[in-house]
Amino acid sequence: MSNIEKYTQAFCQAFDIDEEAAKKLKFQDIPAWDSVGHMGLVAQLEEAFDIMLEPDDIVDLSSFEKGQEILAKYDITF
Amino acid sequence: MWNFSQYGAKIAAVSDEGKSYSYAFLAQQGDKLAAAVGKRCLVFCLCRNSIGSLLGYTAFINHGIVPLMLDEQLDKDLLVSFLHLYKPDFLWLPENRVCEFEGEEVYRDCNYALIKRLDTASYPMYNELALLITTSGSTGSPKFVRQSYKNLEANTHSIVEYLHLNGTERPITTLPMNYTYGLSVINTHLAVGATLILTDKTLMQREFWTLFSEQKATSFAGVPYTYEMLDKLMFFRRKLPYLKSMTQAGGKILPILHQKFAEYAQKEGKEFVVMYGQAEATARMGYLPSNISLEKFGCMGIAIPGGKFHLIDEQGQTITTPETVGELVYEGDNVALGYAEKGEDLIKEDERHGLLQTGDMAKFDKDGVYSIVGRKKRFLKIFGNRVNLDETERLIKTQYQDLDCVCAGKDDAMTIFITDDKRIKEIQSFVANKTHLNFTAFHVQYLKQIPKNEAGKVLYAELNKLC
Repeated sequence: MSNIEKYTQAFCQAFDIDEEAAKKLKFQDIPAWDSVGHMGLVAQLEEAFDIMLEPDDIVDLSSFEKGQEILAKYDITF
Repeated sequence: MWNFSQYGAKIAAVSDEGKSYSYAFLAQQGDKLAAAVGKRCLVFCLCRNSIGSLLGYTAFINHGIVPLMLDEQLDKDLLVSFLHLYKPDFLWLPENRVCEFEGEEVYRDCNYALIKRLDTASYPMYNELALLITTSGSTGSPKFVRQSYKNLEANTHSIVEYLHLNGTERPITTLPMNYTYGLSVINTHLAVGATLILTDKTLMQREFWTLFSEQKATSFAGVPYTYEMLDKLMFFRRKLPYLKSMTQAGGKILPILHQKFAEYAQKEGKEFVVMYGQAEATARMGYLPSNISLEKFGCMGIAIPGGKFHLIDEQGQTITTPETVGELVYEGDNVALGYAEKGEDLIKEDERHGLLQTGDMAKFDKDGVYSIVGRKKRFLKIFGNRVNLDETERLIKTQYQDLDCVCAGKDDAMTIFITDDKRIKEIQSFVANKTHLNFTAFHVQYLKQIPKNEAGKVLYAELNKLC
């Protein structure tokens, strides 16, 4: 699986949505992405890429797009 | 309830846009709002952590108008059913939602609007009735706790005393106003002339932490899940020089986290106070004093000032031996009047007379410090919200009439057993939508048959093994 596929999958898993919906998503756009769902998303991303996100990055992860910028810091390119 | 005029120009609340509102503002604008209502009656308050919501709540309480507190994001079907059962005279709600409801808009302030409803019944109300609040979860039950003015005052005094609150406090909101624990933070801090930092942002957002630092927050409140999130956010590494105290309630925190936060508090010269309560006791019944928080981690604590705990066995006899489990009973002026399930119940008087059987099973140690060990009633705490298992079953069975289902599980993780393997996803999102709780808390599991005994009673012990 490519990085973008893994990344999208993490959102789909965390919020139980399809890929199309994942790509435009922002925090609190859907009930599933509340603070509880956010914890789930972080866990999915950490597992998929075998990384540990810094607290600052966790609170900055406010959208699908923003997450890609953040992961770049962990040498994950899309 | 509150004497706002004594604090005058002092700041009562700061919004997350950085706007300040004085006590005098709350008093003056509150008078105007109450005049627009014009009489003692029932008002549905759709709550947010915003100045409009705060203004409505304080104005109503201070003028003998009875608010029924609801989450602004409550499921619309549920809200409509509550409106039908209670037929309130007015709605106080965010102005962008005015068009959703029938009635005439009669007043507007701080981005909130007052709607005079057409379908009203003006049910007679008991003189002492101050407000109505849910028992926290929303499984569609129209059951609200009836709290009196005396309840609010008694609990406010006790909390102010044991938390040593004063006018220098600056708590940041982390819980909704329609949630009894969140409301008690507001009640107590307005009583001492402190400044509330109002926000609906969550601790998973950068904006929350920016506001926390900029506004120099001195305390916050959290349910067990809040502390799990803080742990993940490596909270201990944050520099928060103004933070003085952290409180926890809304369910039992994991002992390991209790220990971690108590250690952090001790090391940093802050306070970490684990507390215990229910909406049926206004908010608070017990607390673990911060000076023994570390020594007694995992414990619930002692009764708040003015209250008393004791345990009873199955025969109703008082237990006097330490380390013996019994049902926890609380006595105090904060024990609420009783419940309401419809408008006709608002006339009911005090049905408990200061005595509450909590439904929680507890024990005390040789020092008289209590621990909660289980529950008599079938409910779970999910992210701090009480969710009744029987009610959840009813909710599902009403929607899916051909389905057999049983709910079990542990706090923050409900397992729903169903007998139709094609509806697993559907049931999960149905329950999440109705309860407005994150879907990941609900695990739906297929069973060919629900285990029952010969009399048809569900064998919960068998099911708990499968959770």
